[in-house]
Amino acid sequence: MATTNSRSLARLMLFPSVILLLAWMIVPLCMTLYFSFLDYNLLSPGNEEFIGLLNYEFFLTDPAFLESFFNTLLLVGGVLFITLTGGIGLAILLDQAIWGRNYVRIMVLAPFFVMPTVSALVWKNMLMNPVNGLFAHFADFIGVAPIDFFAQIPLLSIIIIVSWQWLPFAALILLTSIQSLDREQLEAADLDGAGPFSKFIYIVLPHLSRAVTAVILIETIFLLSIFAEILVTTSGGPGFASTNITYLIYTQSLLQFDVGGGSAGGIVAVIIANIFAIFLMRLIGKNLEG
Amino acid sequence: MALTSGNKSKLIYTFLAWSISGLIFFPILWTVITSFKTEAEAISATPSLFMFEWTLENYRDVLARSEYFNHFWNSIVISLGSSILGLLIAIPAAWSMAFVQTKRTKNLLMWMLSTKMLPPVGVLIPIYLLFRDFGLLDTKTGLVIVMTLINLPIMVWMLYTYFREIPNEILEAARMDGATIGEEIFHVLLPIALPGIASTLLLNVILAWNEAFWTLILTAANAAPLTAFIASYSSPEGLFYAKLSAASAMAIVPILILGWFSQKQLVRGLSFGAVK
Repeated sequence: MATTNSRSLARLMLFPSVILLLAWMIVPLCMTLYFSFLDYNLLSPGNEEFIGLLNYEFFLTDPAFLESFFNTLLLVGGVLFITLTGGIGLAILLDQAIWGRNYVRIMVLAPFFVMPTVSALVWKNMLMNPVNGLFAHFADFIGVAPIDFFAQIPLLSIIIIVSWQWLPFAALILLTSIQSLDREQLEAADLDGAGPFSKFIYIVLPHLSRAVTAVILIETIFLLSIFAEILVTTSGGPGFASTNITYLIYTQSLLQFDVGGGSAGGIVAVIIANIFAIFLMRLIGKNLEG
Repeated sequence: MALTSGNKSKLIYTFLAWSISGLIFFPILWTVITSFKTEAEAISATPSLFMFEWTLENYRDVLARSEYFNHFWNSIVISLGSSILGLLIAIPAAWSMAFVQTKRTKNLLMWMLSTKMLPPVGVLIPIYLLFRDFGLLDTKTGLVIVMTLINLPIMVWMLYTYFREIPNEILEAARMDGATIGEEIFHVLLPIALPGIASTLLLNVILAWNEAFWTLILTAANAAPLTAFIASYSSPEGLFYAKLSAASAMAIVPILILGWFSQKQLVRGLSFGAVK
């Protein structure tokens, strides 16, 4: 009797979370979908008109869309590449016997806790500024011309900043995973005469696959929606050189007040994220509950 | 004393690790140091690490000129408020999934995870318009609601992985002794689960403190937390390095300290229990 009782109670306890998340997802998403078929500008309210797929046509054929789509891919791919390779390297290094490992770990982890607007502004002004930034001083010191980061390599500069923010996370997850590696396996490999490289390829890397999956999944979720770092550094420019999909939709909806066009963009972003998600969920489903 | 080969490699690894981690940490250290410089010294072409005249004037200026405390208070209310509200909603759900497993539990968890993948721009316009119509734009209440909802999936997942480690026998023993569900939760489950709940709270306070999409879009002068306030230093105020540094240091140091305490939980929480 306790079981039927607790079963219905269990369902009741799930209720608030499920309803809230459903409402958070479904209601606004349906509204976005509805708006995306309208000619609807906040500057001329009351003149909404059904225009079918015209918003989508405009959004998808806009050269800015293609550019920001590739920027999004480069941003996500670039940061994933840097944080994963750097993270694996750091994790292996921190797994060695070293003095003061706890202090090292604290320093490596710190950037993750810095709010995005602070890290973007500190990098933009104090490090990357072409006149007064530390990198410019350093370039002067060694006698080369300083780089004007946000004019010459805007997207790469943002990739560098975001990688700095996410490297700690990747390193920490991978380190935690490496520390759970069975040492006897490595010793056995030593006895069989395996070199450090083959030990890495055949033992360490397979052991890390679960952690790598987790890093890819979580970082992708956050990286697809990078916004603050772009807003406070380049505002998407020059031109659209550092605009990603998220930022493009923000400018359309809240700077140009084009609700219809912005909504069509939002739906496109949801579809893109879903393609990523299906791929990732399959990965995680295989790796997580195993 | 001669170094053994083991000690020699330890020395090399230590040197490497300290150099690399020093580089990674440097921008933060530099920000804190610059916050104690005068503006002239902050942009000096021969920057100095420690050999300069230390001053507190930037902190005084930032606190005097802007409503810094107001924004700081907003950050506290929003991050703490949304985390506590989230816990109240997430604990029952996680309890139910951990102790009354059904065939659907795993799917439900995956579905919750998938809501986290919905890009915010997909719901940006409706949320903005709804907030405008309900008078929630630029209010702390509005942001608490949004933060609670975006972090709810992570909270449920994290609590679920903690609760699942509690042996069911303890609950069964309590039931045998005639405990009601309420007693079961408050006298048996909560005390054991408290460390997990505390970690979940901590991680979510950190995430909410640093969230910078909705805070930038939904707030203005009134309810803006520190993330949005610092963005106002974008330009031209950002060129006052020393003041920018002081404002930044005050915004990140409290959460940095909390973060160092919660590094283990961070791994577990953000990897959805995949890595412990």
